[in-house]
Amino acid sequence: MPEIAINTSTVFSVLPFVKGDTGGGFQGPSIDEFFPGPIFFAGTPFELNRIMLIRLLVVVVLFLVLVVGTRNLKIVPTRAQVVLELVFGFVRNGIVIGTLGEKNGKRFMGVLMTIFFVTLGMNLTGTIPGLQIAGTSVIGIPLLMSVIAFVLFIYAGIKQHGLWYFKNALILPGLNPAMAIFLAVLELLSTFIVRPVTLTLRLLMNMVAGHMLLALCFLATNFFFFTVLANGNAIGLLGIGTFAFGIAFTALELFVAALQAYVFTILTAIYIQMALAEEH
Amino acid sequence: MLSAFVPSAVTASTPSLLIPAVPDLVWGSLAFILVLVFVIWKFLPRMNAMLDARSDAIEGGLKRAEEAQAGAQQALENYNSQLAEARAEAARIREEAREDAKKIRAELVEQATADAARIVANAQMQIEAERTSALISLRSEVGTLALDLASGVIGEAFDDDKRASAYVDRFLADMEMVQSAEAKAKANR
Repeated sequence: MPEIAINTSTVFSVLPFVKGDTGGGFQGPSIDEFFPGPIFFAGTPFELNRIMLIRLLVVVVLFLVLVVGTRNLKIVPTRAQVVLELVFGFVRNGIVIGTLGEKNGKRFMGVLMTIFFVTLGMNLTGTIPGLQIAGTSVIGIPLLMSVIAFVLFIYAGIKQHGLWYFKNALILPGLNPAMAIFLAVLELLSTFIVRPVTLTLRLLMNMVAGHMLLALCFLATNFFFFTVLANGNAIGLLGIGTFAFGIAFTALELFVAALQAYVFTILTAIYIQMALAEEH
Repeated sequence: MLSAFVPSAVTASTPSLLIPAVPDLVWGSLAFILVLVFVIWKFLPRMNAMLDARSDAIEGGLKRAEEAQAGAQQALENYNSQLAEARAEAARIREEAREDAKKIRAELVEQATADAARIVANAQMQIEAERTSALISLRSEVGTLALDLASGVIGEAFDDDKRASAYVDRFLADMEMVQSAEAKAKANR
């Protein structure tokens, strides 16, 4: 696998508004955004950088919401409890039980609920002022959760059908052998390789792209106002436009954060459901 | 989007987006496991318990309301039947009272009638007795008086009592006959 990385100079030198005549000092966001320097335990496997600290902060917030916030649940709910119940009911009924049914839904409720809350929490830090980078924008968590999803649906399939699950998943009945082998290869690819890869990349790249977009908008705004306009060049008023785009994309990112949490959770649920139902 | 990501060999110092670093996996796993613990240990049981309690409360409330309604219905029926009974009782008592009153009145009337008859009879008896005694005394007095008068007129004493009384008696009998004839004539008229 070739190493893939962003070459920032290649990317941003082709952007139209980064031109020599505007002062030439524009520095766009780079791949290094996702690899900030270590803060604690540098050089050990427990190295903490800004993003890792943000993840731990999300864990603390989730602790407050999920554990402290549910200490005193009322039958007649308060407003905060209504919101929590709304989210809980959406995941429980809308995603898990809606996909897997009552009985199987309860078996996988805990882990699917966790996937949803981790993804939502980590995604939302991308737009929270002061944090402004998603905990899911480095590959660790998306990859981990994809592996969990992968293990879960294979576990569900084997639990349901024994080792016949693999045969059921790969081989379509009633085909001539050549066709069956060809389709088995395709099924192998799509079920056991494409699914985890797409789960990982969809989440990761949405967050990476979102962060790049926001960083680009706000860095450009900063550059237009404080470099170009400060030098007396009226073209710096373009900063108003880039700022407006920044606000719009912030709203978009909030939506994407929730959407990706929903998508990741429901796809995991669907994969489990397909493994449970696999019958050819 | 990936077209913006240029595979490059010269940026070896820049970490890859797609290769996880060890701390990334360590902290990512830790974060996930912690949240998984929160969810399974507290969040789900508490939410489920609360939802169960709520549906219990709602079902219990409905059941209690139904029971209360049934109780009220029962009470209403009891009340109505008691009311009907009481009405029947009252009517019966009234009827009895009316009967009693009628009976009492009849008795009283009867008694009063008897009393009146008795009083009238007594009075008549008394009147008759008095009349008789008056008649007797009057007869003797009138006789004596008439004899005295006649003695004076004819200058002869009816010394012979026997004769005198026979005379008087005949006279009185004549008078009574006249009187009764007059009375008969009056009655015929």
